[in-house]
Amino acid sequence: MLAHEFIRNAYLAGSFVALACGLVGWFTVLRGQVFAGDALSHVAFVGAIAAAVVGVDERVGLFALTLGLAAVMAGLGRRAQADDVTIGVVFSWVLGIGVLLISVLSTGSSGGDGLIVANTLFGSIFGLSLGQGLVAAAVGLGVVVAVLAIARPLLFASLDPELASLHGVPVRALGLALLMLIGIVTAEGTQAIGALLVLGLIAAPAGAALRLTRKPYLGMALSAAIALAAMWGGIALSYAIPSLPPSTAIIALAVGAYALASVASNIAAWAPMSNPRERRPVSEVRSP
Amino acid sequence: MSNPTLTWNLVKDVHELLAYQFMVNALQAGTIVAVMAGVVGWFMVLRRQSFAGHTIAVMSFPGASGAALAGVPSAVGYYVACGIAALAIGRSGGAGRRGAGGGGRGAIAGPGGSGESAAIGVVQVAGLALGYLFLSLYGGVFEELQTLLFGTFLGIDRNEVLTLGIVAVVVLTVLAVAGRPLLLATLDPEVARARGVPVRALDIGFLLVLGLAVAATSQITGALLVFALLVAPAAAAQTLTPRPGLSLLLSVVFALLVMWLGLAVSYFSIYPLGFFITSFGFVLYVVAKLVRHVAAWVKRDARPREPRAAAVA
Repeated sequence: MLAHEFIRNAYLAGSFVALACGLVGWFTVLRGQVFAGDALSHVAFVGAIAAAVVGVDERVGLFALTLGLAAVMAGLGRRAQADDVTIGVVFSWVLGIGVLLISVLSTGSSGGDGLIVANTLFGSIFGLSLGQGLVAAAVGLGVVVAVLAIARPLLFASLDPELASLHGVPVRALGLALLMLIGIVTAEGTQAIGALLVLGLIAAPAGAALRLTRKPYLGMALSAAIALAAMWGGIALSYAIPSLPPSTAIIALAVGAYALASVASNIAAWAPMSNPRERRPVSEVRSP
Repeated sequence: MSNPTLTWNLVKDVHELLAYQFMVNALQAGTIVAVMAGVVGWFMVLRRQSFAGHTIAVMSFPGASGAALAGVPSAVGYYVACGIAALAIGRSGGAGRRGAGGGGRGAIAGPGGSGESAAIGVVQVAGLALGYLFLSLYGGVFEELQTLLFGTFLGIDRNEVLTLGIVAVVVLTVLAVAGRPLLLATLDPEVARARGVPVRALDIGFLLVLGLAVAATSQITGALLVFALLVAPAAAAQTLTPRPGLSLLLSVVFALLVMWLGLAVSYFSIYPLGFFITSFGFVLYVVAKLVRHVAAWVKRDARPREPRAAAVA
């Protein structure tokens, strides 16, 4: 399998994108900002279409739009967290612009535009060149380093913003930084697994990790590991079954991990109650 | 059909709009959809369930592509997929609503609350990934994907208008019956529970109604743009007034306005309906925000003057 160059490129880009998604996703889920991540990833698609209309490299459009929207969302909300109505209104409008751009694209050129749209919506990890793979790996690595560098203050700011700001932690700046990092990850992930599906690598591994452990650093590592495993397994699975698109395989594994973690944590929560020694204090608390 | 052009004679323009049967169908369907979206969206925004609403809206994509693969009418796929998604979100509990009484708006959700938003996200991508699989198994005709995601209002026939009407009557009747307890359960779940209101059943019931409304609406506006019609008019209305009855009415009026303007303008233009609907909705919301800010500013400006005037007197 690894003899094919496109598979090697896919693994190169996919590994680092998955690691970055897992780490950024852990904070996204912890802070309840999955909707913001969702908006940023769907908007990335509009960026790619806009770049195709203007005629520049699609990465320019991807990054410009996701980073721009991240800044807007940070600016609109208190504590750099926009509330869900604001996100919804802004992001549905940007999608509307995307529709306009698609119609401009399809009246302006002949053919090829449909492929651009399908690729940005659902990704084309097997279509990456070595150069694109290297850039994706470098960006992914950069995001990983950045998240690890701000992990401690960001954790503090996420768990207790009041106390953190009393201690001089720049809560607002950290919120903006996280949204920017989500923007970078979604822009890069859009090329790999698509604007509509990149949310899966952000939400599912992190959701699974947060259900399995409350320890922050263990959780981050677990989240990144699950994302990486889903990516590797998904690429291999899709290579083995040609009719299975790689993006679907990757997301299926990530969603499967989340479902397993939910079942496991439900059993863990239920198990102490069936233990008679643990049951008594609960009934004592409830009886008065 | 000659190329439609917009003139300054409004009566003539409207007359031209109504000259074609497809346009009459579109206007009727649009009106039904707008009323339904205005009411359902109003509850959705009040309950802070935009993310759940968006996720259910997006489910019409796997619904339609699955129906195409299975060879059943796409409307069936829409309703089944949106219903399943509503149940899946309802089962994961809470549907992203954190904290009682809106106190959790800017707050960071605890591990419980954050898990819910992750669950909605997971439901969404699972559905989208399935939809993509269905489409590629079906042999993906791309124009269909574009219609699924962004909608069309040109091919609506009488039967579809009739179906939409029936769905709207069902949705509005359910909300009329359950509206008051739902409002109480939304604004103060503790009090509602103490009074014996079945809060949990209302949670899931509302998601199902939302799913029904979204499945109907997305056949006109497409999966990605349904959301604009649900969220923008309701958000603008709730920004302008805190009174429930008035803002519900405003929400419906705004939704109708956005829909009618969108249909009319896109008839005279070469650009798609979705763009106009989202843009008018966005402008409406921004204007509502500005009006609120100006009103608050005028009020704050007026208040300190009163004591001073009293002191002079």
